[in-house]
Amino acid sequence: MQLHVNGRLHELALDNRTTLLDALREHLGLTGSKKGCDHGQCGACTVLVDGRRINSCLALAVTLDGVEIRTIEGLSDDGALHPVQQAFLDRDGFQCGYCTPGQICSAVGMLDEFDQGWPSAVTTGGQPAALDAGEVRERMSGNLCRCGAYMNIVPAILDVADAAAGRSSA
Amino acid sequence: MTVSTEVRNRTAGGIGESPVRPDGTFKVTGQFAYSSDLWMDGMLWGATLRSPHPRARITSIDVGPALKLAGVSAVLTHDDVPGEKVYGLEIADQPVLAFDEVRYQGEPVVIVAADHPETARRAAALVVVDYEVVEPVTDPREAVGHPDWKPVHDEPGERTAMSRDRAPVHPHGNIVRHQRIRFGDPDAVTADVVVQGDYEVGMQDQAFLGPESGLAVPADDGGVDLYVATQWLHVDRRQMSGALALPEEKIRLTLAGVGGAFGAREDLSMQVHACMLALRTGRPVKMVYSREESFFGHVHRHPALMRYEHGADRDGRLVYVRAHILLDGGAYTSSTPAVVGNASTLGVGPYDVPNVGMDCWGVYTNNPPCGAMRGFGAVQAAFGYESQMDKLAAAVGLSPVEIRTLNAVSEGSILPTGQRIDSPAPVAELMHRLDAMPLPGSVDQDIRLLPGGVSNTTHGEGVRRGVGYAVGIKNVGFSEGFDDYSTARVRIELVGDEPSVLVHTAAVEVGQGLVTVQAQIARSELGVERVTVAAADTQVGSGGSTSASRQTYVTGGAVRAGCAAVRSSLFERAAARYGPGEFRLVAGKVESLVDGVVGDIASLLLDGPVEHTVQWRHRPTQPLDEATGRGNAHVQWAFCAHRAVVDVDVELGLIRVVELACVQDVGKAMNPDAVLGQIHGGSAQGLGLAVMEEVQVVDGKLRNPSFTDYLMPTIMDMPPMRVEVLELADPHSPYGLRGVGEPPTISSTPAIVAAVRAASGVDLKRVPIRPEHLVAAALCH
Repeated sequence: MQLHVNGRLHELALDNRTTLLDALREHLGLTGSKKGCDHGQCGACTVLVDGRRINSCLALAVTLDGVEIRTIEGLSDDGALHPVQQAFLDRDGFQCGYCTPGQICSAVGMLDEFDQGWPSAVTTGGQPAALDAGEVRERMSGNLCRCGAYMNIVPAILDVADAAAGRSSA
Repeated sequence: MTVSTEVRNRTAGGIGESPVRPDGTFKVTGQFAYSSDLWMDGMLWGATLRSPHPRARITSIDVGPALKLAGVSAVLTHDDVPGEKVYGLEIADQPVLAFDEVRYQGEPVVIVAADHPETARRAAALVVVDYEVVEPVTDPREAVGHPDWKPVHDEPGERTAMSRDRAPVHPHGNIVRHQRIRFGDPDAVTADVVVQGDYEVGMQDQAFLGPESGLAVPADDGGVDLYVATQWLHVDRRQMSGALALPEEKIRLTLAGVGGAFGAREDLSMQVHACMLALRTGRPVKMVYSREESFFGHVHRHPALMRYEHGADRDGRLVYVRAHILLDGGAYTSSTPAVVGNASTLGVGPYDVPNVGMDCWGVYTNNPPCGAMRGFGAVQAAFGYESQMDKLAAAVGLSPVEIRTLNAVSEGSILPTGQRIDSPAPVAELMHRLDAMPLPGSVDQDIRLLPGGVSNTTHGEGVRRGVGYAVGIKNVGFSEGFDDYSTARVRIELVGDEPSVLVHTAAVEVGQGLVTVQAQIARSELGVERVTVAAADTQVGSGGSTSASRQTYVTGGAVRAGCAAVRSSLFERAAARYGPGEFRLVAGKVESLVDGVVGDIASLLLDGPVEHTVQWRHRPTQPLDEATGRGNAHVQWAFCAHRAVVDVDVELGLIRVVELACVQDVGKAMNPDAVLGQIHGGSAQGLGLAVMEEVQVVDGKLRNPSFTDYLMPTIMDMPPMRVEVLELADPHSPYGLRGVGEPPTISSTPAIVAAVRAASGVDLKRVPIRPEHLVAAALCH
């Protein structure tokens, strides 16, 4: 099969039971995506598939032939950090860092979902004009952080949303 | 010649600042290699077969079927352990691989190496182990047979039809440690106001996200190299040395990236197993636990049963505390003795109490082994004594803040061990500051912000607001006479034309920011901005454990001392070059105190590098007297207080923590961002213990070894926090700093429970609180 990962095409012969996460980690050497639970409970393995965030431990690699997969390794551009990566650094949005690749990929996907007008479970009365902390919390609630860096993850993501919208946040 | 030790913090990125973590960019780009990310050509994968029974005799083990599976290279049992068959942090009683008997569900019995992780797991499943199941000891009260679990008041003890003496889990009996504290005259004293309570703490899991894992590589000298996530490289090595029958110098450990620790990596997990397989097969062996296996692969927080009686005068001033604390250590010793030490010595909390009678037991059962978790001993006791302080406040008509400030310890107070607090103890100030913080607005009727949230369980009818307070005390560093030290190698040299410092310790970064603060210390001490912290390994002396909130204190102290030694050598060179005088190093320059800048640090390094390796230890502590608990057991105390605001749906038993406020004294905020991170994270784990986190054990078996069933706080559960940080210097510690990591875990739990009690009116006696605790009580009203 063919896996398109971070702009590169890989020809792979995989057991059809191989998850996308294992394909990335064990076959392509892309260990940035983490295995925290292997059951879709923690979000540490979150990657972007055609721009949408998924738990890569719950996807079979063979179902993703030909689609564009982006992992944490593919977010930075020629050494320049993605704005979400930079915001996590600036806001100290992590401690041990194990959940961080998943948090960042999830945030990238989430910001795009918001831009496209996707409502969340806490959205009422039509899409809000701007992300607020409540929306960020709801939309990021699939990514566990055991170090408890949530307090810094929320402003990190809001920084990126605000910068993209041309506002400055406190 | 005289030298100045004065340091001015004018070198960028020094202490008191929050520079970006040196490992930060690697962590946000996915390049940081955690122990589960390691890979080597030709490596094998290890797997572990574990006992399905909490207690059973092993009658036979047949590895034959596993060995026949294609791709399997080794299947090892206790017969293959090269050296000592048992290991342990304090007491070696835990088998490397079970022999004769298994004592907890999940105990390792057989290990396998194969060319694929699935093959290894399938091979493990093919091993035939015959067990003769034995009834397990699962109630810690039964474990001690009630010999000392007597009531602290005049009611009979809780004996049930099930109560009886049980067969010892270990030949020497079921009591790991019994520590008594006798202070004043606790038996004879009486008081006008007496409050009593029984309290229970459930089993909490550290639940780090990065599972136990590592890579063992056999070496040409017959030894082994291990890349692993742990908390204490040298004590891992010491235990491995015994089990592998190899001298320590033939076992080289290098720290791999650590995906959280929180105490769960203080004991060995896969270290010896991976090395046994690597040495047997002659190939690198990687082991990575699954999430389910991880729940069986490390110790948990001790569940506690506590009985407290507080006596006070009519004004609320404490006269005595009597308490029994029973800690379930599970099948093996692990850190249980230290947990008992902390729970007993800190068991009355940060209060002046003239008469204390405390008995604390740590016991063996066939439940999962328990050991280190953030704030151990202090966390359990705080739930008991803080619940009692609220009861006492209600009994004498004081507010929660008033009862605590009235009885608060302060500098100079004598603790129940007889030890005097010889540094600031601003407990009353913590409470006053909490009290002065604004409260959030009243119950938000937006259903998204009510308990139950978007599950749309209420429109606010049964929702009540509650506010609760708690304060905790924690010892920093290893106590009770332990020789607690760290080692630092500091080297300064020219790289290009620029002075560059290399700091090398074996102290473990787990996310708390230790590598950042080590570099900050070197910058401030040596006036050099370019500082590299080498990977932690066993090529340098022990850094001690990353636990007990001790690393910034002890390894920080070692780095400072190493820098001081380097600085002295540089000053000798400066004196030779510029003439005698007093110097200091600031921002790359050598300054004479008389003449100002006299040259560059770089010029002092033209003669070559300077390197010193130093060991640094904190003030010695003393063991506790077994019968009375007297002894200067601790080197430092840390204090933290929380105020919790909660909304409780009293009809459904649902809780939403609306806000946490926290005040903590950290002595010196070496890295303010990291301090806040520790306070946020510790508070979150305390919140988890209060309202959701519990490893549920029934008849010795884990019922919820997954993140679907073991609930911990998500970003939705963690409320906004107001944090104030005090910096009252401890004159005995480096820079006046105080350990930071554990204290916030201690007080957040009882503050939240107090708030839930205030909201619901239910006399909650157990954490975590479950909906039925609230609803069942409400139905009885």
